[in-house]
Amino acid sequence: MDKFGFTISKGRQIDYGSNDKRIAEYIFEKEPSFRLCIECGGCAATCTSGNFTGFSLREINILIKRGENDKVRQSLKKCMLCGKCTLVCPRGVNTRNIVVLAKKAFLKSDEYAI
Amino acid sequence: MNRDVIVIGGGTAGMEAAGQLAKAECKVTLIEKEEEAGGHVRNWCHLFPDRRNSADVVKYLSDLINQKNITFLKGTSVESINKSKKKFHIKTNRGHEMLSDAVVIATGFDLFKSEKKEEYGYGIYNNVITSADLEAMFRSGDLRKQNGEIPGRIGFVHCVGSRDEKSGNLYCSKLCCVTAVKQAIEIREHLPESKVFCFYMDMRMGGAHYEELYMQSQEKYAVNFIRGKVSEVGESINNGLIVKVEDTLAGRPLKMELDMLVLMAGMEMAEGGRKIAGMSGLNTGENRFFAAADNHFGSNISNIKGIFYAGTCTAPMNITETISHARASVTEVMDYLKESNI
Repeated sequence: MDKFGFTISKGRQIDYGSNDKRIAEYIFEKEPSFRLCIECGGCAATCTSGNFTGFSLREINILIKRGENDKVRQSLKKCMLCGKCTLVCPRGVNTRNIVVLAKKAFLKSDEYAI
Repeated sequence: MNRDVIVIGGGTAGMEAAGQLAKAECKVTLIEKEEEAGGHVRNWCHLFPDRRNSADVVKYLSDLINQKNITFLKGTSVESINKSKKKFHIKTNRGHEMLSDAVVIATGFDLFKSEKKEEYGYGIYNNVITSADLEAMFRSGDLRKQNGEIPGRIGFVHCVGSRDEKSGNLYCSKLCCVTAVKQAIEIREHLPESKVFCFYMDMRMGGAHYEELYMQSQEKYAVNFIRGKVSEVGESINNGLIVKVEDTLAGRPLKMELDMLVLMAGMEMAEGGRKIAGMSGLNTGENRFFAAADNHFGSNISNIKGIFYAGTCTAPMNITETISHARASVTEVMDYLKESNI
């Protein structure tokens, strides 16, 4: 059959009820300071990786909490784990550990362990 | 000294002003339209930021007005205020005709009528309630949906009737943010299995201990915060509430189904205050509250010599500020009486 190039575009709306929040739950449990983020963007501003790529820990934080995991999974590879974000966080969030835990959580979810 | 002062409004500000004026040996008449003094605090359960019982405040105020030179007129409202020479003539709906040397206006605020924001469904959907309705539930100790079920997911909409041109209120009511945080914490304590979401435009945590309460709500009570103004609320097929909002931090529209939605109603100039402004020639500002003579050092002073303001009839205030403002009004009254040789 001929392909006409038409596709169904995926909606941009975050469907909170249907999204998978297990990654977020895993991080909340291991690193409770994850809850304290107020999305100020200090982490993203100081981030060396973010100055050269589209990496933003602030954005990752919100996407994990909303269960928008696909973008997070790709982005996490850009973090160099230098920890500058943790130094600047005004609320004492252990941001570096959030990246570490998110990576672990994705590995576990791939193995159906969470 | 036989100086007569009339205080209009028997809420926090009026009671505090009346009590302090009586201590300063004035003869005080306190006029309240309801059958009981205490104002809005009487309807509240616990107060921010330390979550003390609001009955403590009501008791403090009731004790304060229990003085021999205070006459308390309940169920009474003012029909006219006229000034001739240095005397104020006041008539009430119950036929009183009184003379006084000074008047303190303490008519307070009304909560914004949330049904005006029709898109949020108050009065349309059963489980859309206001912050005041929620306090009544806390007082009864029974937090349920209208059908008797325990709610699992509860949302708070900040800025209902505040910072909203469409409501005609451009100002920030400034207490709703911290009230939402307090109530969110209380819901999590009542219903530990519940999930709570606050939909906010800005978190305005300006008062003493507010920010700490906000942090506590996140860290200890796992309250979720979503930045965005709720655009509309609908009902799902199983009677859940579908909330639509832009998650402005994710930069994406978001929808969520909730069991209960609490609207954080803002503060407006009280109906009673508006009537008094109409009958007396007292100036009001663009926000409809009474306009004080000076923002910095005349916040108790009106455009009519001898009439003073106390509390939330001039702007949204918390209880601490209201009490301070009422005490300050007493200083202004005493200065005026002295300077006018009354």
